[in-house]
Amino acid sequence: MLNEIEQNRKERQSAWEYVINYFRKRSIWLLHYCTGCGAVELPPVMTSRWDLERFGVGPMATPRQADVFLVTGYASIKTLKRMIRTYEQMPKPRWVIGFGACTINGGIYYKSYNVINKLDRYIPVDIFISGCMPRPEAILAALEELRNMIQRGEAKGYDRYVKNYDWYKKNQKEILEREGSLFGEADDENK
Amino acid sequence: MVGLLFIGLGRIITARVQRRIGPPFYQQFIDVIKLLARESIWHHWIMTLGSIMALGGLIATMVHVPVAGWLPYDSGGPIFLILYLATIGYLGMAMGVSASGNPNAPLGIGRALSLMLGYEIPFAAILILFISLTGSSSLTEIAAMQTGGFLSWNIVKFPLAFIAAEITVQAMMAEKPFDQMIAPSEIASGPLVELGGKFLGLGMIQMAVAIYFETAIMVNLFFGGGANIFTFTLKQFGVYTIAILINSVMPRYKIENAVRYIWTVPLALIIIQMLIVFLR
Repeated sequence: MLNEIEQNRKERQSAWEYVINYFRKRSIWLLHYCTGCGAVELPPVMTSRWDLERFGVGPMATPRQADVFLVTGYASIKTLKRMIRTYEQMPKPRWVIGFGACTINGGIYYKSYNVINKLDRYIPVDIFISGCMPRPEAILAALEELRNMIQRGEAKGYDRYVKNYDWYKKNQKEILEREGSLFGEADDENK
Repeated sequence: MVGLLFIGLGRIITARVQRRIGPPFYQQFIDVIKLLARESIWHHWIMTLGSIMALGGLIATMVHVPVAGWLPYDSGGPIFLILYLATIGYLGMAMGVSASGNPNAPLGIGRALSLMLGYEIPFAAILILFISLTGSSSLTEIAAMQTGGFLSWNIVKFPLAFIAAEITVQAMMAEKPFDQMIAPSEIASGPLVELGGKFLGLGMIQMAVAIYFETAIMVNLFFGGGANIFTFTLKQFGVYTIAILINSVMPRYKIENAVRYIWTVPLALIIIQMLIVFLR
């Protein structure tokens, strides 16, 4: 039994990666993308009530510094473009957390004309938090689960993005080229 | 290493002020190891050169700062050389991050250099006071002058100069209210904006070395050096704790107000101190 677990571990990650993953899971830096809703759920988690910094989790200012891309709430077509650009700027290893029901299936914006329904079709999401809005305890539980996934070497969303790059790009193009210029955007930005 | 430990402990102190538990004290080591093992994106080879130059400049500074009277070689802690070498670190950082091409980075560097213009003048005035009293520009001798008990420390003899120096060091360490350079909510952490992976890791080590040598200068100037490395480090931590406590309750100045404040209040305090000393 133990040998089997050891065997499984070796298939996923080398011993070096196992050690580095220990440090990675202890120091997760978040990049908030709070253009939807949910921005107000995060301050209680960070401040004195739930104190996220106990686990080495903290907010970061730019995509270059961050490990985890936290997409809160619904993603409209206009923000999706920025989201993809931000995601591609982050260095590997990078993870994405989909926060709230809207990132899973569109939530209450299911039939909206300019809100995407499944975030996972456009950027690879590692873990979803359901709820509208999720409680701070749910956020803590999700981060705990993400830490375990990182240690086990299962959180490989960034590899999935590289392997299925064509599929993701096709989905992104379908959505982004469906609309012309949105709300007075410059035309050349859509290319 | 000690600098990184200081930052970790400082994070706990900040957390306690804000009624939080805070990260473990070794958090900063975990962060640095994670960053060094990460993919790093670079835009120009100048970025690598600048990072290495900044770290090298700071280590070259550290070589000349006496720690509990001990120096790698017998230079005596020449204070002017220390001030000169300390700017190389900043210039290396300026060169490195300007090559990244992000407009926030030169903005942060501009703020850092104007702030440096601000704090070097009162700091130089403090040094003039001590040099004229000791007759030597060696940090070792300034520290040796204060041996013999608590009452012969410069903090007791020259309290006004100490308050001025504390404000100056606050600006040197870029702690609030003088953290215009890395204002995360304003200019997206300034010089660090494009740094990811190894560059950010090196940046954190630079910050740790900078904190270590700035507190070491303060301990040598005002707290009489130290009998051995443990008391010296303890005193350094005391200086850093004061800075962190001020940092955790203060808002941020605008850059022009910050420079104006440093040019007036600390400088006035030192001039009063000088008048008291020389006219007595």
